[in-house]
Amino acid sequence: MNFFRLKVIVFLGLCLILIMSPTWALEVPERPKSWVNDFTGTLSRDEILALEKKLMAFERETTNQIVVVLIPSLKGDNLEEFSIRLAEKWKVGQKGKNNGVILLIVKNDRRIRIEVGYGLEGVLPDALAGSIIRQEIAPRFRAGQFYQGIEAGINAIMAATRGEYRAGPLVKKESKLTPWWPFLFFILFFGVVIIMHRLSRRRYYYSGGSRGWHAGGIWGNGGFLGGGFSGGGFSGGGGEFGGGGASGNW
Amino acid sequence: MNRALAVLIPLIIIGILVIGGFGVYNALVSAQEEARTAWAQVENQYQRRADLIPNLVETVKGYAKQEKSVLEEITRLRSQWGEARNTKDINKSLQAAQGLDNALSRLMVVVERYPELKSNQNFLKLQDQLEGTENRISVERRRYNEAVMNYNKKIRTFPGVLLANIFGFERMPLFEAEAGAQKVPTVKF
Repeated sequence: MNFFRLKVIVFLGLCLILIMSPTWALEVPERPKSWVNDFTGTLSRDEILALEKKLMAFERETTNQIVVVLIPSLKGDNLEEFSIRLAEKWKVGQKGKNNGVILLIVKNDRRIRIEVGYGLEGVLPDALAGSIIRQEIAPRFRAGQFYQGIEAGINAIMAATRGEYRAGPLVKKESKLTPWWPFLFFILFFGVVIIMHRLSRRRYYYSGGSRGWHAGGIWGNGGFLGGGFSGGGFSGGGGEFGGGGASGNW
Repeated sequence: MNRALAVLIPLIIIGILVIGGFGVYNALVSAQEEARTAWAQVENQYQRRADLIPNLVETVKGYAKQEKSVLEEITRLRSQWGEARNTKDINKSLQAAQGLDNALSRLMVVVERYPELKSNQNFLKLQDQLEGTENRISVERRRYNEAVMNYNKKIRTFPGVLLANIFGFERMPLFEAEAGAQKVPTVKF
């Protein structure tokens, strides 16, 4: 009875600590749905399709991946921190090239951010990203023209990043190196075999069974992982971000 | 027969432990190197910021000559940081970097009083660059902390803790920016 009460008190105490904890962060959606992710219902279906057509063609042509995200509110979270968390989770852009860009719009907070992947920081530096926000996107947003603003922003981003990468032949993912522990089992297994051999020499028969049952198990685990690219459905290509880009509002 | 077993089984066990030990030691070294690399990245971003400052000072000077004292302080702190970096004294350079943090935020507050400066295209671009760099600094600091936490965990949990003492792996400090205070973590590498 006392122990139970203690547990309840501890549990309530932990709840209290969690509630009072200042570090709260807005949750990031698990993965992108597509090139355009409108969580606010601002854009019409036709507008979304038009933008996606453009972005898909651009990715095919240059391998640069530009993703648009509209969320209603940051709910008190920090814009840059949310943006980099989003970028790290979604991994927009191709692995190795890191050529991803995220155009993030927080509708009710009236904030805009262009998050630029490592690979595009050269052609889309912070100052240019800031200019694009100030000159292309924000003025149109102020006039309530959200589709036009996003389109103009995307056009500017594409113009800046067009020449940087060329589409090449699709490369199969490398296989991971085999972990070391299968070799451990291998040695252990041989140790057992040697012991069994020594033991059985007295009685002059062969326990052939001890060799058989190990064969399948070990090599299955150590085999190569990966291989092949994400077929079907949209996803980030593994691109990395370092916090480059610019923020603005309207 | 028993003698063969008595020799073979301990040998196998020792073999497993040694091979396992290789893996654990390598994991500790990897984690430590990742943390050190992450620290180098933080310093790179501080350098990037230092490089922006001369331009910033010149631009602001054009519009806000009265703010000479803040600008001079920023210039002075920038050289201080550069010198500290050259001496490879991590604590000194961190202290200088945090001094710059404060001075720069004060400058940005001051700039608010000069609408012509605030709307100047050049200044806006500089502001983008500065904010971008500050953002990169916080991203790298967070990644440094993550790398250090990973390393610290490895040397304190089993089986890393066994090798950590033997080979002298010590805890690394986290980057804790204390709001308002000038407290700087003593960094040992």
